[in-house]
Amino acid sequence: MEAQKTALYDIHKSLGAKFVPFAGYDMPIQYKDGIVKEHISTRTFAGFFDVSHMGQFFLEGDETLTDALEKIIPADLRSLKINHSKYSFLLNNDGGIIDDLIVTKTEKGFCIILNAACKENDIKQISQFLGKNHKYLLNNELSLIALQGPKSVEILEKLIPGVSNLKFMTGNNFNYEDDNLYITRSGYTGEDGFEISISNSKVEKLINFLISNEVKPIGLGARDTLRLEAGLCLYGHDLNEKINPIEANLKWAIAKKRKDIGGFNGWDKIKNLFTNGSEKIRVGIKPEGKIIARENTKIFSADDNEIGLVTSGTFGPSVNAPVAMGYIKSNFAKVGTSIKLEVRGKKYEGKVSELPFYKKSYVK
Amino acid sequence: MSEKKFSKKHEWVSLDGDVATVGITKHATELLGDIVFAEVPEAGKSVEKEGQAAVVESTKAASDVYSPISGEITEGNKAIVDDPSSINADPEGASWFFKLKIKEKGEFESLMSKEEYEKFCKDNPN
Repeated sequence: MEAQKTALYDIHKSLGAKFVPFAGYDMPIQYKDGIVKEHISTRTFAGFFDVSHMGQFFLEGDETLTDALEKIIPADLRSLKINHSKYSFLLNNDGGIIDDLIVTKTEKGFCIILNAACKENDIKQISQFLGKNHKYLLNNELSLIALQGPKSVEILEKLIPGVSNLKFMTGNNFNYEDDNLYITRSGYTGEDGFEISISNSKVEKLINFLISNEVKPIGLGARDTLRLEAGLCLYGHDLNEKINPIEANLKWAIAKKRKDIGGFNGWDKIKNLFTNGSEKIRVGIKPEGKIIARENTKIFSADDNEIGLVTSGTFGPSVNAPVAMGYIKSNFAKVGTSIKLEVRGKKYEGKVSELPFYKKSYVK
Repeated sequence: MSEKKFSKKHEWVSLDGDVATVGITKHATELLGDIVFAEVPEAGKSVEKEGQAAVVESTKAASDVYSPISGEITEGNKAIVDDPSSINADPEGASWFFKLKIKEKGEFESLMSKEEYEKFCKDNPN
């Protein structure tokens, strides 16, 4: 199958992008500046990311739509206010994570942002719960641009007045070039910023405005180092169908009401894990020195018993040190616990660390 | 020092008497991107031609560095271990990886010249 391209493919090319195949798309992994500079410019100024490969899934329906979605999503969708967003997941019968997502309440229903590699299966899974009176659409006519970094608000406000009033994890409709944009104050880098849903026909104009304001294009490489420093999971690496939200250390994302009352896939198992804890759990990991513990690095206890596996690891340009996340037996999960990491057949010291590695405050 | 010779695995070698200096090429650093980790061999270690001798890692991935020539390591460059980003800055100069006492000069002569290496890179862009 030929790789799909986003509406910005030619722009990426003109900006010197190196492309890699990702979830069936040709996506920029980096541009001319390289990953470290892209990372730093996002943290210190602002960067834009083409995340149009992600699924923008719109659902319309009455109260019964909320009931249907709550069977597979453990968020409190019933109490979610219009234009408010929540981080959540789709769960299978065993409580495993089918995908992680952002769900926003819209006037007619919901909009769910799905991972590119999962979106087709996600829709199959969700549609099992939908009724004849529910409408749904994966909108491929829309691009999705993430604008991230401390200068994002000042720059976007110049083009689209009013965006500075948005609070973190809320959104609204805005007018731009006689077109309706939906903008949320959110992102996946640990920085303040926005995600902008815009027609494929208007996206180039928006990007040209951002470039003329010195905003740099950022590829998947820096997206990965940014999200990892921010302690955020990458589906297919830190999360998969065999991992449940308790193990993933994401129980905060399960609404208390939903936890108590249940009525969603895998609730029996998850309720039990809430009480008794899980055998393994996702933790932050700081290797000693400069050693990078990448995905699939084995984790050992101080007395050399194998206790876990790294699921993401790289060098964090802002913390100027290697950073990693992985799953470890729960009795070793305390922050500060000494561990060993096997890299190229040799064991190196490391410590269980707090997440995130890099902390910034969102606009609340 | 002699002119530089090049390997298909993107290492360069220069020879001074029977001591060779080995590093990775500018082309290699451009393929790797930002280098964030380097590991170099200890003095005294024997390496075979095309055997794994050092490690270099970018934000994206880890790669082995091979010795294009066999011999005994006399020195690893600690400066690149302390500051891996210096490899991006000066890959074919100050940021060499290791020096070794070679066994056979013929191995050096059989490597590519600068012109041959440039053509090789053009024909094999990745």
